[in-house]
Amino acid sequence: MGRTSSKEDAGALFHSLRSAYAATPVNLKIIDLYVGFAIFTALIQVVYMAIVGSFPFNSFLSGVLSCFGTAVLAVCLRIQVNKENKEFKDLPPERAFADFVLCNLVLHLVIMNFLG
Amino acid sequence: MATVTNTPVSDLLKSFKLKTKQQELLIRVSILCLVYILAFIIRLFSVLRYESMIHEFDPYFNYRTTLYLTQNGFYDFWNWFDYESWYPLGRIIGGTLYPGLMVTAVLIYRILHFLRFAVHIREVCVLTAPFFASNTTLVAYFFGKEIWDTGAGLVAAILIAICPGYISRSVAGSYDNEGVAIFALLFTFYLFVKAVNTGSLAWSLASAFGYFYMVSAWGGYVFIINLIPLYVLVLLITGRYSMRLYIAYNCMYVLGMLLAMQIRFVGFQHVQSGEHMAAMGVFFLMQVFYFLDWVKHMLSDTKLFQAFLRITVTCAVAVGTIALGLGMLSGYISPWTGRFYSLLDPTYAKDHIPIIASVSEHQPTAWSSFMFDYHILLFLFPAGLYFCFKRLSDATIFIVMYGLTSMYFAGVMVRLILVATPAVCLISAIAVSATVKNLTVLLRSKNKGVLTGSTKGSSSSKASSKALLDQSQPFQKNGAIALLFGAFYLLSKYATHCTWVTSEAYSSPSIVLAARGAHGNRVIFDDYREAYFWLRQNTPADAKVMSWWDYGYQITAMGNRTVIVDNNTWNNTHIATVGRAMSSYEDEAIEIMRSLDVDYVLVVFGGVTGYSSDDINKFLWMVRIGGGVFPVIKEPDYLVNGEYRVDKGAAPKMLNCLMYKLCYYRFGEMLTEYGKPPGYDRARGVEIGNKDIKLEHLEEAFTTSNWIVRIYKVKPPNNRW
Repeated sequence: MGRTSSKEDAGALFHSLRSAYAATPVNLKIIDLYVGFAIFTALIQVVYMAIVGSFPFNSFLSGVLSCFGTAVLAVCLRIQVNKENKEFKDLPPERAFADFVLCNLVLHLVIMNFLG
Repeated sequence: MATVTNTPVSDLLKSFKLKTKQQELLIRVSILCLVYILAFIIRLFSVLRYESMIHEFDPYFNYRTTLYLTQNGFYDFWNWFDYESWYPLGRIIGGTLYPGLMVTAVLIYRILHFLRFAVHIREVCVLTAPFFASNTTLVAYFFGKEIWDTGAGLVAAILIAICPGYISRSVAGSYDNEGVAIFALLFTFYLFVKAVNTGSLAWSLASAFGYFYMVSAWGGYVFIINLIPLYVLVLLITGRYSMRLYIAYNCMYVLGMLLAMQIRFVGFQHVQSGEHMAAMGVFFLMQVFYFLDWVKHMLSDTKLFQAFLRITVTCAVAVGTIALGLGMLSGYISPWTGRFYSLLDPTYAKDHIPIIASVSEHQPTAWSSFMFDYHILLFLFPAGLYFCFKRLSDATIFIVMYGLTSMYFAGVMVRLILVATPAVCLISAIAVSATVKNLTVLLRSKNKGVLTGSTKGSSSSKASSKALLDQSQPFQKNGAIALLFGAFYLLSKYATHCTWVTSEAYSSPSIVLAARGAHGNRVIFDDYREAYFWLRQNTPADAKVMSWWDYGYQITAMGNRTVIVDNNTWNNTHIATVGRAMSSYEDEAIEIMRSLDVDYVLVVFGGVTGYSSDDINKFLWMVRIGGGVFPVIKEPDYLVNGEYRVDKGAAPKMLNCLMYKLCYYRFGEMLTEYGKPPGYDRARGVEIGNKDIKLEHLEEAFTTSNWIVRIYKVKPPNNRW
């Protein structure tokens, strides 16, 4: 009894989420895709590290942190560009994107220094 | 706009045809310029009284590394292995220092040389701290403006310009990390608060760079990386979170962590050390929190969301605790190091790590120190807290947290009064500014009240209350004037106190001592530099000098000789070996000295001048540290009934140990004070017990003119027959 109801719950949850997500604008979905790709790349690196060992630890850290870093920055961009956020309605999306590019530039420069 | 009354100043300003807003801007800019100059010149007492030289002990190491950086360039500096200290171990300097201070000084030096000012690097080093103190006042102004308003910013700038808590570590000549680090600390906090207030990625990036500068400058950056997550946690718990907080913290954390790991001394601590785990924990918590918020926003049905919430929260908490537990149990995440653990548990250092307990700056703070360093700010601080709580916003919550946590730590360790100073100045500035503003509003409203009373005198319903208001006006105005005078009196007393404290207490170079002679003239004891230059000019270039670790940096910087231990204190066993040598009889000590290739031994002795920070007063710490590693040295052997004595009633081991012999050699014949027997030790106030000292394996090489520094040469072994 409990199991079927939780299964139904999970199914209903899934459908509800899917329908709500389908309503989001295309540019936000592109950003979400980017975030998903970055996290996926990070997970691959973690699995690789688990198999091979973490010897040049700075290389491992720089690889994983570049993925997480750019994912986090993309989420920040998504927040700033999303029309539903009232706090950011005065912020032109070009400015948000320029900030995003600048932060990514700094991130990757530091990563390149850290790769070793 | 408030009406401008006719004063000479405003007439003058009116003659420039300035609008009120421009007048206000002019006043503000001129105040800031004056405060900038004031912050610089109040720190120049020791340069004017003595000369432009580096003070204390640690700054000499910073000066030596800066000199190396100017001569050899950044690559050699970053990869420097120093064989002249910690003989025979050496020290990897490139990987064990915080380069921010040196790089900053060399940058200023290069800029000045580019502009064709041919200054010596020593002058730049001496004046770096006052320059950055002036910059800190500017940052305090902007921070005050962000938290409260421009009035509070101005008051904060002037308070921090002359606050003795900050002056103590940033006086001209005190070329130490804190001089630059407090600027970096306040700057990082200002940029972060600005990022939280605006929600802009650019400001978060700037705060990450500010954090990077702080990490490169001082080990106290751990305070930032723990305070900011704590602040985020408080905002999350109290429900004041917003999207801006997410953007600010995440960008700062990820970029700041990456930048910080570029400093070799910090290395991978941000992912491996227990002290940095709070930041990572809050980072993950934020991701979960905002993800749940987003899902809640997308789902219209709350029942489904509750189910989802349950699943996610249990998964996240489980994963988090498992990861943390595994990390701590397996030892991958190191626990809090002794230096920071002793802040949470102040009794820890005394029992386990005598070296940390022995440093005078690490002792708990007495009330007199608080009053001495803060004066009126001490009671303005709670008043400011009240105002902050009245008008809570993201920024005021931050400054309240900064103030409370830093005051707790300032109570635990004297040295950390410095870290609490900016918070205390800012919060007190809020109190002063808000009070003065309220009082002046009362003063101004009196005119309006009389006007409205006369014009609306016909309305009967409020006639009685207006009459009451008119009646209470005169007392209100007098009270306001009296309170304003009181406030100005307090602030002027503060200024007098700060100047006096700086002049009397915080402007001594420590390496040059001054006293009043019999006729009131000033007598200068320059013995330290005399001894170090004797070493530099009269010993072979590869001579090794053994002394207590306090003097190591000065010997390598000024004497240019190899030392056995120095102020870095990274190797406790090596220091304990030196401590053991100093506490043993001469025959045992010579074995240790020969094993370390020691050529010269340097001791500091204050018996002739009455100088009380000499090696005999520090001797018990040598015994404790030596005894901590070598159980053969037992502290009770040197005490008599628990008392530390050097006169005839002293313990026999004390009277014959190496330190005693080296300090009091030939002192028994010396007449130090009129009416006292020869061998009267002016620092301890007793006649010494063992006057007839014979040295077998050492010979006296040099004693300075006031007997403060004594250098002995280790004799080579006797010829075997």
